[in-house]
Amino acid sequence: MRGAALLGLGLALAVALSLALGARGTDLGTVLTALTDPGALADPADAVAVRDLRVPRTVIGLVVGAALGLAGVVMQGVTRNPVADPGLLGVTAGASFAVVLGIALAGETGVIGLAVWALAGALVTSLGVGALARAAGDRATPALLVVVGFAVTAGLGTLTTLVLLGDPAALDRYRFWTVGSLTGRDLDAALTLLPLALVGIVVAALLARPLDALALGDDVARGLGFRLGAVRGGSLVAIVLLSGTATALAGPLVFVGLLGAHAARAAVGGHHGLLMPVAAVAGAAFVLVADVIGRLVAPPGELEVGIVVAALGAPLLIALVRARRAVAA
Amino acid sequence: MSAAVALGALSRTRRERRMRAASTTGILAAAGVALSITALAVGSVAIAPADVIAALAGTADGGEQFIVRELRLPRLTLALVVGAALGMAGALLQSVVRNPLASPDIVGVTGGASAAAVLAIGAGATGLAVSGSALVGATVAIVLVLAASGRKLGGTRIVVVGIAVAFLAQGVLGYALTRARLEQAGTAYFWLVGSVGSPSAPETLVLGMLVAVVAIGTVLGRGALAAQLLGDETATAVGSRPRRTRILAVTASTVLAAVSVAVAGPLAFVAFVAGPIARRLRGGGPAVLTAALVGAVLVLASDLVAQNLIPGTLQPPAGLVTGAVGAPLLVWLLIRAARQEGRA
Repeated sequence: MRGAALLGLGLALAVALSLALGARGTDLGTVLTALTDPGALADPADAVAVRDLRVPRTVIGLVVGAALGLAGVVMQGVTRNPVADPGLLGVTAGASFAVVLGIALAGETGVIGLAVWALAGALVTSLGVGALARAAGDRATPALLVVVGFAVTAGLGTLTTLVLLGDPAALDRYRFWTVGSLTGRDLDAALTLLPLALVGIVVAALLARPLDALALGDDVARGLGFRLGAVRGGSLVAIVLLSGTATALAGPLVFVGLLGAHAARAAVGGHHGLLMPVAAVAGAAFVLVADVIGRLVAPPGELEVGIVVAALGAPLLIALVRARRAVAA
Repeated sequence: MSAAVALGALSRTRRERRMRAASTTGILAAAGVALSITALAVGSVAIAPADVIAALAGTADGGEQFIVRELRLPRLTLALVVGAALGMAGALLQSVVRNPLASPDIVGVTGGASAAAVLAIGAGATGLAVSGSALVGATVAIVLVLAASGRKLGGTRIVVVGIAVAFLAQGVLGYALTRARLEQAGTAYFWLVGSVGSPSAPETLVLGMLVAVVAIGTVLGRGALAAQLLGDETATAVGSRPRRTRILAVTASTVLAAVSVAVAGPLAFVAFVAGPIARRLRGGGPAVLTAALVGAVLVLASDLVAQNLIPGTLQPPAGLVTGAVGAPLLVWLLIRAARQEGRA
């Protein structure tokens, strides 16, 4: 539990830093005043920076990180695969390809409309990858699934380019979206997606006990009275809602689910009832920290959160395969 | 008596293997020639095969001669050379790390080369500087992957490490693409699919020479490469030097992959699928040269399909076909292999 407390503290710190740091440095006192009583600030630009720029990206970062962290736990639980992650297995790539189709073919621009496309894409890819995993049977090793996910990501990337080649305007929007970023998103529009994520969270919470049983093997879970089909279907719903919403908000992010789930496992062990909230906290903290790092490393500009997440996540995945025999097997 | 029978059986297997090698090579070469003539014959102006050969010999009329020799032949040559380079790059890496999943496009080498090349394009570099940059990116990627994978290369660790590096490269690529001007980004996106549509004679020549050098090296070192498949200890026991073989083969694979990427862009999955297809045709072994033929045929066929069979005014690059066909093919190969292992 100390680990969980540390992660919670880390998240609080990350939120504070995310509100305070940026091209325009503001101390925490100023941040608080800007949030509670913006009229009292000496410089109104501080209020704009905090309220209009940093609050939205912080809120979006929290939602995206928590959703992906949770999706990572569900995915790892239902596939019993320690390197499952919505990004690594190609689900976010499916969501983003669908978004591109929505933009380019259907002329979709609304947040809700695009989110529907993203969810559909996440659903189709999850079903596809799941079917492939089952086709491989017992030999669906973690590495095999990761290669399948990578193939899906690369194949969809090629198709995305085909869709975008004839449309420079869509290409311009796409390249900033696909790198993964928390900025330039409208907070109100983002909040309209929140119910989708909430449904995903509720479904995930209902899965906590069945996933505990599933961790002991299919037969044990069946013996304990859980219907495997229902557990898998529920997991699919949760994964699609959570990773689809996150992708619609921030673009395709890799490694967040992986890190969230593993940080939580290290902190509280394998019990899903605890694992899920802690993974959500860890995922959110990771995304916010990555975002803050991105703001600081390349002044006067900034690095998009997706770039920082990839730079931090890749060594993590490598450390994970080096440390765990299960993955290397 | 029984020794004589055994020797007879051995020589029969050897003969069969040689027959199989010859027939595989023959079939692939025939397919390559047929596709090549088709590539020279079809297009916005259709030319009869006989006239194609006349144009190549220099006896056709001026217009056809120009179309065949100046427009279509360079593209054809580049497709063949790039395909051969990617096929060899994949088969070499797969053999020396004894892992069918470890091809340059899976373990981040192609990704590293692409990211570095797009960074260079964004900085205004052209030609040789882009190739050099791609080579640096590919080298960084393979060194990272090998260093992080440790000694156990045969397992799947190298694959997961490689994919981590590939996603890292994708992050760098995203950075490069968002910083570039829109036209440059558009060019880069097109290039990132992989195309043989804008051949340049010097680049094709350089890549062709690399292919030739590695092909000769492969023939000279075929014993060492075959021994490599048996494991380091056996390889040492039969007098091979596995470490040296591995370093040479990995270097050759990286250089081939990087220069192909610089010249034609990352034609997805050609390096990955050429090796397994070649090994299946040959019935085992490193099959590096067969993989070169398979790669050449694959890229040429993909370019033909992209140019002629896909409707619309936009002529999609060959990489679109290799990506769209290669991804499912890769997945199918993986699942099949997994099922067979499960049954064994």
